Amino acid sequence: MNTKTMTRHSLRARRMDRIMTGVFYSVGGFFLLLLLVLAGYIMIKGFSDLQPELLSFNKNGIGNQFFNTIYLVFLSLLISVPIGIAAGIYMAEYARPGKTTRFLRVSIEALSSLPSIVVGLFGYLVFILLTGAKWNLMAGAQAVSILSLPLIATTTEDALRALPRSYKEGSVSLGATHWQTIVGVLLPACFPRIITGIILAAGRGFGEAAALLYTAGQSVNINWSNWNLLSPTCPLNPFRPGETLALHIWGMRTEGSLYANSTQIANVSAAVLMLMVFGFSLLARLISRKIDKKTGGQGD
Amino acid sequence: MLDSKSLGTVKKSIPERRLFYKEYMGRSIVTICGLFMIALTVSIGAFLIYKGTGTFTRYGHSVFEFLFSAEWSPMDSGTQSGGGVGAAIYIFGSLLTCGIALAIAAPFSLAAAIFITEISPKLGARLIQPAVEIFVGIPSVVYGWVGLTVLVPFIRDTFHAPMGGYSVLAASIVLAVMIFPTITTVAADSIRCVPVMYREAAYGLGSTRWQTIYRVTIPAAAPGIITGIVLGLSRAFGEALAVAMVIGKTRAFPAGLLYPTNNLTAAIAADMGNSADGGEHNLALWSMALLLFLISMLFIMVIHMVSKKQEGVCE
Repeated sequence: MNTKTMTRHSLRARRMDRIMTGVFYSVGGFFLLLLLVLAGYIMIKGFSDLQPELLSFNKNGIGNQFFNTIYLVFLSLLISVPIGIAAGIYMAEYARPGKTTRFLRVSIEALSSLPSIVVGLFGYLVFILLTGAKWNLMAGAQAVSILSLPLIATTTEDALRALPRSYKEGSVSLGATHWQTIVGVLLPACFPRIITGIILAAGRGFGEAAALLYTAGQSVNINWSNWNLLSPTCPLNPFRPGETLALHIWGMRTEGSLYANSTQIANVSAAVLMLMVFGFSLLARLISRKIDKKTGGQGD
Repeated sequence: MLDSKSLGTVKKSIPERRLFYKEYMGRSIVTICGLFMIALTVSIGAFLIYKGTGTFTRYGHSVFEFLFSAEWSPMDSGTQSGGGVGAAIYIFGSLLTCGIALAIAAPFSLAAAIFITEISPKLGARLIQPAVEIFVGIPSVVYGWVGLTVLVPFIRDTFHAPMGGYSVLAASIVLAVMIFPTITTVAADSIRCVPVMYREAAYGLGSTRWQTIYRVTIPAAAPGIITGIVLGLSRAFGEALAVAMVIGKTRAFPAGLLYPTNNLTAAIAADMGNSADGGEHNLALWSMALLLFLISMLFIMVIHMVSKKQEGVCE
């Protein structure tokens, strides 16, 4: 190979390099643009000609669905947070390498990759058909907690494993037992990380719809002056049917004929849902940034 | 005398005993919770198998018929049987939409991952990474709704599609937008894992950045990239409502990209509530759910096989 072909070759390589750099920049720009357009579209569509009535807490508004969404996620966290954290502690602190642990890991992986509609069907079978209950919030919350359990468990495990060994050694050398070390030293130290995981799980719960289709039901009937917990119209009764915002959007598509302004309702629901999810992911980001700052000096 | 003495020792050992009690209590509780996760997964699998095999055991259909026949006319009254339970249309619909979605999303995601890691880590960390995280957080129904209100009319008006724009294309695009963040995140992580040494060696030999990327970095990160693609695929396979909103839900093979069809998840979501429990129709839908479950298990196995290969490179 003489020098001439060499230079031509490298020239071509350099030109290619520049072209590809341009391609990568445009792909990056394209995604930003796509997100801006998508988010902007949803927000503008949702709030541009908003009638205040749509936000009210009655049959015409989405207030009840909004409340159901938050309440359902709250109920699901009541279940998934303790179990998830405990399972994470088990995996990080107690599980010995072996068949059971490997099987546990595969189980968690399987749980986290299950299609949500399949979890919904399982919930429908176990919490509705087998108990003979009607569609209710609690069943929906249980289905959502199945979806968020693996996330919380793995976050807890990772957080515990990321702690410096010296934390544990220091605590144990002071005479603390293993359990005292976990509760008194390790958990508080990775608390912010676990909270971040929980917030992410909650954010995912807000948008869940397929798992709730046959568990939480697609109707809502709340009487805001009824505070008798056992009454089916009491807002806080977990055993009443409770349609969430995400389900409401799905419902508006099919039951559009019931409402004259179904498109508008779905637009507002989508915008509110997006705001909730954005807010939560922002919160998780803020917290994790704070952790990075806090542990920045001693990490790695 | 003796009484007070023994009392004293008991008093002394109470805190200690409580300590041990707590120790074992705590340990048992977290162990039970860990085992609970196993029990939960196993019971989900067991229930799905129990329900899903009913089509084959109780109603005597063959697995071959379920997978490859397009004759879908299950009976829906009591325990009557005799209808067809061929789910080929739904299976084909799922495969087709996911395949096209992957074909759209994979190159874009890979490019975005390269941009984040190799081209401009600063811009990537400041802008693209947060954008990707927001994309992940957008609920699937919202994607479906935007697809329904923007994409479907657009396809109807520009391509004059039959069935008013409900089409394989619309479903594939919605899925592609949904899975791109998954692929991007995992691929970027795996590219970051490639040791700097590799790149330095390539540059040292006179490679340009692009040559380094596609000759050295990408091949070295390939297992992780494949893992990302499989994860994206499994997300696309399991997505129900977003697809159901735009696919048109007709019981026919699509004649082209602009034609409507149906898929597994959409069929389950739409029909499960209208079918009598334990009937032929109902159990056929459960068989579809079982199929989805098996497919997601298959994806996990593929990921395990692939990630075993990466271990040599990463860390």
